[in-house]
Amino acid sequence: MTGLDLTVVEIVLRSAAVLAAFLVLPLLVGQMEHKVMGHMQGRLGPMYAGGFHGWAQLVADGVKFIQKEDLTPAAADRRLFRIAPALALVPYLVAMAVVPVHPGWVAADVPASALFVLVASGVSILGMLVAGWASANKYSLIGGMRSAAQLLAYELPLVLAVASVCLAAGTLSLTGIIDAWSPVWLLWQLPAALVFLVAAVAELNRPPFDMPIADAEIVMGPFTEYGGLRFAFFLLAEYAGIVLFSVLFAVLFLGGWRGPAPAWTGWLWTLLKALPVAFLIIWMRVAWPRLREDQLQRLAWLGLVPVALGQLALTAVVVVAL
Amino acid sequence: MSAYVIVGSVTLAGILLFVLAMAARSLVAPRVGRPVTLTTYESGVDPIGQGWAQTNVRYFVYAFLYVIFAVDAVYLFPWAYVIGDPELGPVSLVEIAVFIGIILIGLLHAARRGLLRWV
Repeated sequence: MTGLDLTVVEIVLRSAAVLAAFLVLPLLVGQMEHKVMGHMQGRLGPMYAGGFHGWAQLVADGVKFIQKEDLTPAAADRRLFRIAPALALVPYLVAMAVVPVHPGWVAADVPASALFVLVASGVSILGMLVAGWASANKYSLIGGMRSAAQLLAYELPLVLAVASVCLAAGTLSLTGIIDAWSPVWLLWQLPAALVFLVAAVAELNRPPFDMPIADAEIVMGPFTEYGGLRFAFFLLAEYAGIVLFSVLFAVLFLGGWRGPAPAWTGWLWTLLKALPVAFLIIWMRVAWPRLREDQLQRLAWLGLVPVALGQLALTAVVVVAL
Repeated sequence: MSAYVIVGSVTLAGILLFVLAMAARSLVAPRVGRPVTLTTYESGVDPIGQGWAQTNVRYFVYAFLYVIFAVDAVYLFPWAYVIGDPELGPVSLVEIAVFIGIILIGLLHAARRGLLRWV
């Protein structure tokens, strides 16, 4: 799509399509989390809102959030406190715009899109940092610092795992990576895939890596002072993050739209591959106790980074040798 | 270039989403504004001191390590374009191995000196 001059209508349509996906898919993942967590914990999850198995629970939550009073603590850094949720949310939207879901279906076909996605999703964590700092609350500050340290520790293995895939494909474009993908990669890039998955969950601050939030020790971390719609935006950012990283996992490691079926089913394959990854991310939250802060840092620096570097060496040697 | 126009317009759409949602909220949500609700939350007791405090030095050691490795990673990405070049062959492999090897020694050193321990 690059090189073509786009009309204003097309630009608006593409942006609207990204926005629509951004508003629908996180809700589906959120609903899935409600039900999956419920059943894994031997309960039903939401059952009443909307009638059928509580399908409208998140809509009802949204209606509730929007009716809540907007509070900015007197001690807070007002402006930063108020824009922090947008800072956490918008980068995921931008990152989604460059992920291909079907042959030729990518809202913005940026060159080096693999790098672009990493950059955009990295910006989102600044939202948590800003929230932690601007709240002028001790719990928030500790949470913000923890999330900063976690970002630093887990961004690295994430970047190295993506770099390994880029080396294997010989390109930085996500479309190019899908074209270069072959089923052997499932084995060859397995360590990178595992590192990517673990690091992605940690980047999202989800259990078992939710030490920045750690409701048992620092209340709610950076979100302590937030309520109502601003808090809802942080939640939405988390679910948008799950969607982004699941789809990205499918694109990088599972061959994206490629599958044994007619070509028009490409987008279906992407979603079918991303769905189990999202399920896995939810499952991790239910199945494992959270890591202590020092264990969390240890896992990143002494576990994931060496594995990712090893994978990088393996990839490079294989690519050069063949 | 046109792809970045869409990136810009998507960014704009995101900002618009936030602004419009906040506008809708200000129409619907109540404004009670009692001063007591604006105090800093500290588990139900009156807040002591300020929220902005000095913090431990360990954070910036992590930040240093991160900057080193992030720069390292930035150099890795362009390598993806030339690694398959048969003229270059194993030469690029050896060069990158030296490059990463030095950084790895640094990481091992940091780990041995206990800089990677949280407490």
